[in-house]
Amino acid sequence: MNTLVNYVRSLFLVELFRGMGVTGRYLFRGKFTLEYPEERAPQSPRFRGLHAQRRYPNGEERCIACKLCEATCPALAITIEAAPREDGQRRTTRYDIDLFKCIFCGFCEESCPVDAIVESRIYEYHFENREDAVMTKSKLLELGEKYEAQLAADRAVQAAYR
Amino acid sequence: MSEIRNYTLNFGPQHPAAHGVLRLVLEMDGEVIERADPHVGLLHRGTEKLAESKPYNHSIGYMDRLDYVSMMCSEHGYVLAIEKLLGIEAPLRAQYIRVMFDEITRILNHLMWLGTHALDVGAMTVFLYCFREREDLMDCYEAVSGARMHATYYRPGGVYRDLPEQMPSFTSSNLKSDGKLERLNANRQGSLLDFIEDFTSRFPGYVDEYETLLTDNRIWKQRTVDIGVVTPERAKQLGFSGPMIRGSGIAWDLRKKQPYEVYNRIDFDIPVGCNGDCYDRYLVRVEEMRQSNRIIRQCVEWLRANPGPVMLEDHKITPPRRAEMKDDMESLIHHFKLFTEGYCPPAGEAYAAVEAPKGEFGCYIISDGANKPFRLKIRAPGFAHISAMNEMTKGHMLADVVAVIGTMDVVFGEIDR
Repeated sequence: MNTLVNYVRSLFLVELFRGMGVTGRYLFRGKFTLEYPEERAPQSPRFRGLHAQRRYPNGEERCIACKLCEATCPALAITIEAAPREDGQRRTTRYDIDLFKCIFCGFCEESCPVDAIVESRIYEYHFENREDAVMTKSKLLELGEKYEAQLAADRAVQAAYR
Repeated sequence: MSEIRNYTLNFGPQHPAAHGVLRLVLEMDGEVIERADPHVGLLHRGTEKLAESKPYNHSIGYMDRLDYVSMMCSEHGYVLAIEKLLGIEAPLRAQYIRVMFDEITRILNHLMWLGTHALDVGAMTVFLYCFREREDLMDCYEAVSGARMHATYYRPGGVYRDLPEQMPSFTSSNLKSDGKLERLNANRQGSLLDFIEDFTSRFPGYVDEYETLLTDNRIWKQRTVDIGVVTPERAKQLGFSGPMIRGSGIAWDLRKKQPYEVYNRIDFDIPVGCNGDCYDRYLVRVEEMRQSNRIIRQCVEWLRANPGPVMLEDHKITPPRRAEMKDDMESLIHHFKLFTEGYCPPAGEAYAAVEAPKGEFGCYIISDGANKPFRLKIRAPGFAHISAMNEMTKGHMLADVVAVIGTMDVVFGEIDR
């Protein structure tokens, strides 16, 4: 009996039609794809994208050149040089992140005691020259200023977890 | 008449079915494989050597990049070895989180494997469906760690952050109607755990769909049944692990045989095959996805009921909380010491292995008492599997090589290290 059933099933391509039933059903269902760039996938406030440097609300830059991020960077992507500023405060004279080396592990943000270096939600960027891949201090601060509202909001949400 | 010689064929590394950078030198007698010689090392990045030059925690991110389709499992092996060396144990909640994400990783890996294997063998649709489910799990990865793939989430002594209370949701756009947006965000209203629970309730139905498409399909069967047969004895001798050895009928699973974390508190079954061919390994992996789904459900239940710390409070090993660090001098010193110097485990050696989706992933660390490992050896499951390439493909046709590569689930990040 079993042999007969199997024979009939095999003859009438039952399993193939079942499979086509699955694909056929999906033919009439809505699309799952997102039409990037108009539509975006959800993004977590923990997202680790392009780096930025933040300032205090009064405009003072946060980074105090403690070099903790430089020490903790697994890929050795961060280079910092520091000197006293005119008013005697210690600040970085050079803060470079080599994005070709960076592995976006988030350790710099984790280590920063003053929340200066952060990883923002930006994930779309490109370079036209090799040297553009180095994020300099001015570029980092510029990004920080531009996205401060988002950065501060994300940090506030995460404060309870860290 | 000229002499008939065997033909040598170079398969890969650019071949789309070579799963990355596998280079196979095939000696062919017509269409039949006489000898297969895998060449490895094209993706060698020196992870083991690199780890010797940096403090322990710095290498966690590099472990993600070993087996880049089962990221958190490789992290887990490394972190467990360090914990063994230090003689510490993560808090119970962290252990549950790790188990849950290990199983999410297993599903991620098996979906990737199923999709690409089916694609190699000729079934396109399964690939699309698998990637649809992967997207949800990738969102879980991102919600918890901030990265879709290279999470760097596990730490010696726990996990970096607790699970988020709010699942990230879709934002509105011109192309989406309000109704569509509401539908998309329906399961993202609550916490990450709610989202995962919703996924686990949907997922068995999806697996049924894959099975409808493949399990009885005659083309699939023709391509996989009796291909690459490995006897249980040979599987043991070749050092197989994971679905490769279970497909041959040996119920060897580290989660049952040497339970780590909280696997001994969780109820699940180990599927085994009986013929040791590609088809059996396919069945084993599909059943493993169902079992992983079961484990995740149990973890979600436990994690809901038991809030608590996810990181050890020993600040010689784990950083203090940020609020403390900004307030308290001692915490600040701990913070600086940890991120510059790290910690120094006692001199000695430790081996810890986890049941990664591909098999036994282990890390062997020798410490000389410094803040860096003296030596790190990574035991990658794929390496043992690919060394059986010759044996598994001998006598098969050229097209079967693709099925065998698929069934091994090779990922060159871990094989070449």
